[in-house]
Amino acid sequence: MAGGGGAPELYQPLPGGPVTPPAGNRGSRILAPLRREGGRGVAIAVVSTVVFLTLVAVAVVNSTGWPLIKEAFFDGEIFADAFPKIVEKFRRNVFIFLVAEVLVLAVAMVIAVLRSLGGPVFFPLRLMAAAYTDLFRAIPTILVIALLGFGAPALQIKGLPDSDVFWAIVALTLVYSAYVAEVYRAGIESVHPSQVASARSLGLSRRKTLRFVVLPQAVRRVIPPLLNDFIGLQKDSALVAFLGYTEGLRQSQIIQSETFDFTPYVALALIYIVITIPQARFVDWLVERDRRRRQATVGV
Amino acid sequence: MSASGSGTALILDDVHKSFGKVEVLTGVDLSVAEHEVVCLIGASGSGKSTLLRCINLLEPIDRGRVLLEGEEITARGVDLNRIRRRIGIVFQAFNLFPHMSVIRNVTLGPMEALAMPRVEAERLGDELLSRFGLADKRGDYPDRLSGGQQQRVAIVRALAMRPDLMLLDEVTSALDPELVAEVLNVIRELAAGGMTMVIATHEMGFARDIASRVCFLDQGVILEEGPPDEIFSRPQQERTQRFLQSIIEAGRM
Repeated sequence: MAGGGGAPELYQPLPGGPVTPPAGNRGSRILAPLRREGGRGVAIAVVSTVVFLTLVAVAVVNSTGWPLIKEAFFDGEIFADAFPKIVEKFRRNVFIFLVAEVLVLAVAMVIAVLRSLGGPVFFPLRLMAAAYTDLFRAIPTILVIALLGFGAPALQIKGLPDSDVFWAIVALTLVYSAYVAEVYRAGIESVHPSQVASARSLGLSRRKTLRFVVLPQAVRRVIPPLLNDFIGLQKDSALVAFLGYTEGLRQSQIIQSETFDFTPYVALALIYIVITIPQARFVDWLVERDRRRRQATVGV
Repeated sequence: MSASGSGTALILDDVHKSFGKVEVLTGVDLSVAEHEVVCLIGASGSGKSTLLRCINLLEPIDRGRVLLEGEEITARGVDLNRIRRRIGIVFQAFNLFPHMSVIRNVTLGPMEALAMPRVEAERLGDELLSRFGLADKRGDYPDRLSGGQQQRVAIVRALAMRPDLMLLDEVTSALDPELVAEVLNVIRELAAGGMTMVIATHEMGFARDIASRVCFLDQGVILEEGPPDEIFSRPQQERTQRFLQSIIEAGRM
């Protein structure tokens, strides 16, 4: 290995130019030590990473079980055939979770607000909201999907839809609204009472105080945990396969049973990874943008 | 400037307030004339802040009455929001809305509580901001401002409601010493403009300078009141003497 410590060639500037501090908080924890070390530290990190990954790859590929693993999980031909088919059906998941997410944002907000209403008059509403959250956080999502997806159409009530997609969206909305309501509530309760006093002393009503002062601050604070729940919801859209509805997972299952190969599952896993990571970076960017706008870059 | 206003702005009549078993106000009587500046002094925990919060109805009182320009505002069925629009309050910790720019902080009240059109609210807001040397801060967020600037914005925010009465709750206590003067100057200007004010303060020099009347609050009652010269030079009550003595020893006078 050329140059363990301070070989001159390691001082060469990186193609990316000077090291800029990462924007997100998430990345900085990994990259922070590099910033302290400067250009030399980055160079060492790059070389050691390449060497490390190469060693791991060589070790894996040369192990005795590799050909078997490769055939069962990473079959190129099956992948090429299955991937477009799975993507095609995965669009159904996207539709389900996008609609559910929009509904969850609204339903959860209503529940959180009901739960944070003060005063004895609102006791029944608070109780209802609390009962709702307790109930739907307790029942496994797959059970709610089964209950509604199989149960509701079995009633054969006129006007009640019997579409799998419809009931899947309802089930996911019910379950995830319970989680997200709690996230919102934590946000609402994190807004200091002095903010409310301040708004009320201007003569703003309870309602306007909530709308203009409490909720905007609460929602900003809970964006990261909100993403957590949305990623959970997106993954749980695969549970709709249980109803026999051909979405991404069901499609992978079908191909798997035809080929006796697990590559289609890996293909689906890949799709989930690819859609999740940009969302995480987007939220990092959002939080950072908000922080920057509100605070001076140099200490106050 | 003496208490020679055209009428009585505020009357407190035997106001009582308890938090649990702790009785914070045990029968406060006070009358404030229009254009009068009343300073409340007293040790921490003597009830100054609570008294101010009771006046603008942030805290319900247990007994007694508060009258604003003759109207009993602590009566049942009074619209709290309507009353609060007429009373401006400024807090020790500024309490600006951190998610809004300075101008939005100032226009929120007029627009949402008084239904003033945005253009008009912004014209009023800009006018007030430039009057208090904050015109260039209109687009900034509160976290970017110094404590003194934040407190001036908080005062402007209260003034934008065009209140009949201003309550100031130790507005300089959270400030670095070098920022105190800019805020006190703003209050002086308000007093000169004839604003009726009730001010809870630890700044004795300022109280002496600005107040038409000083009230010494002790154990939930106004123990002694009078013109600043009298209270500060010839306090009658033993407790007032002791309080002022401790202030002098702390070098804050």
